[in-house]
Amino acid sequence: MNLNHLIKISDYEWEIPRSYRKDMRVPVRIFASRELLEQVSEDKSLEQAVNATTLPGLVGYVIVMPDVHQGYGFPIGGVAATEYPHGVVSPGAIGYDINCGVRLLASGIPYEAAKPKMDTLATLLYKYCPSGVGSEGVVRVSKEELEHVLRQGSHWALKKGYAAADDIRRTEENGRLAEAAPEQVSERAKQRGREQIGSLGAGNHFIEVDVIEEIFDEQAASTMGLVQGNLAVQIHCGSRGLGHQVCTDYVQSFQSAVKRYGIELPDRELVCAPMDSPEGQAYLGAMRAAANFAFANRQLLAYAARQAFEEAFAQNFKHGWQLTQVYDITHNMGKIETHVIEGRSVKVCVHRKGATRAFGPGTPELPEEYRSIGQPVIIPGSMGTASWVLVGTADSMARSFGSTCHGAGRVMSRAKAKKEVRGELLRNELEHRGIAVRAGSMPGLAEEAPQAYKDVDVVVETVSAVGIARKVARLRPVAIIKG
Amino acid sequence: MPFREVPHTADWALQVWASDLPGLFREAALGMNALAGMQLSEGPRLSRSFHTESPDAESLLVVFLTELIYYAEQEHLGFDQFAIRFEETPNVMRFQVEMSGAPLERINKVIKAVTYHNLAIRSSEDGLNVTIVFDV
Repeated sequence: MNLNHLIKISDYEWEIPRSYRKDMRVPVRIFASRELLEQVSEDKSLEQAVNATTLPGLVGYVIVMPDVHQGYGFPIGGVAATEYPHGVVSPGAIGYDINCGVRLLASGIPYEAAKPKMDTLATLLYKYCPSGVGSEGVVRVSKEELEHVLRQGSHWALKKGYAAADDIRRTEENGRLAEAAPEQVSERAKQRGREQIGSLGAGNHFIEVDVIEEIFDEQAASTMGLVQGNLAVQIHCGSRGLGHQVCTDYVQSFQSAVKRYGIELPDRELVCAPMDSPEGQAYLGAMRAAANFAFANRQLLAYAARQAFEEAFAQNFKHGWQLTQVYDITHNMGKIETHVIEGRSVKVCVHRKGATRAFGPGTPELPEEYRSIGQPVIIPGSMGTASWVLVGTADSMARSFGSTCHGAGRVMSRAKAKKEVRGELLRNELEHRGIAVRAGSMPGLAEEAPQAYKDVDVVVETVSAVGIARKVARLRPVAIIKG
Repeated sequence: MPFREVPHTADWALQVWASDLPGLFREAALGMNALAGMQLSEGPRLSRSFHTESPDAESLLVVFLTELIYYAEQEHLGFDQFAIRFEETPNVMRFQVEMSGAPLERINKVIKAVTYHNLAIRSSEDGLNVTIVFDV
């Protein structure tokens, strides 16, 4: 997109006005530095954001985060809110990997003391946390059991002994979306889910052990149990084949729904249905069930990671090897929330696709200990680079529907990354830098090379400068597990 | 080969061309297999059939390729030979395929989904072409 069409609001905020295209229902607001904006303009992200503004029932703006990149239909790194209940819900604006998210666990183990054991730890994590193409999970559930997973999410894991009560409290939505409707999930989706629950999968999903390198907000870090120099673990994955199938099923069935409701869209991947229609209600119920599956999935992987930590460290460290949950966030989701828009309180469905909920201090949805500091936000960087812990702010509530960025954001195609990077060399380079790597696929590793992504530090500086998140801690990777 | 990968920042895009619709669907399936790094075992061959209907050919293409993803993921089967038939009435297109394949020897990549993003089968002097974006 030609950047001359944009209106500069500030050094970090830009607008594509409604006058840009006749079918736009709301403007687009972009949070980016000039440098990031120029990078973004090289792919189709901004055109996709303009297409997203045609969804019926939108309020405010379509928001574009600094880590945005081209997706399919809706840009990755986009946020859009549609008024409840007459506005639409769009499966493609939430994504195929429903409730893809990140969980952060903190340990009391100093990295320097654990260093000799890092290779062992990486091997144990790879052993206990199933990963890779077609991987099957740490448990196999019956048909009946899966119904409980879809309704109860992480609470199912708690009942089965795979979770601690604090894990549940420190999970977005307490690890369970109400009004999930397993009966709206196809048998095919359930079949895929039964075999894959408790597995990492492949692609950009990972488990990473980090050292907490730098603290920016002592009070917030201390509240979260983050201590400089100690180890922490991130788990990044979603709803696996079950979620992919739910989205596929509803993108397919909504192809005819848009015709029934007379909705015209510039891209068939944006198909949608009014939330108060039978089609919209069915998708919301199925999407919530898939989200609950993803909460349970990350919980099972956390259970497996705890086993690995126990085996690696329990003999040498009397205390501190137990992993405590900092928070679990989702970055592909549609949720009914209430936000103040142009001075009025409005109930909306916030579509976050590659964007993280970032509720500010005082939000009642947060666990009590986090209400004074704001919601923890986990921003994984690209492989081998830093990751960040942030908190939501009053500004994120006021300006971005309580949302912020979700990662570094790609800049290079997978095909180009594979041409430019050899997986084996990349692994050697990472190992040389003291990062233990366990990966099932070398081409897969190459696709996720750091040069294929933006600089996560620049992305975080941007959301921090805009005010839609505040920095708490910077993490450095010391072990990476990928499928 | 009558397909090639085209650049896409985050996902995969595949451009496919053929002289007719059955050929386009066949090449799309083979192109998707190639993108996923699929290799079939040399064991006994097996066959499956599949039929569906839809108002347009693009929807049929999405459903067909989605079916192949499902077979690969759930039954660890891949297919490399396709006998495809279409039947067209004023309001609906019917699609039927007899597929021949084998158990997977290996597959390198997970394809999450076949998307409708800018999906349009176009005619040209050389026949038909389409660009398909996959979520990976």
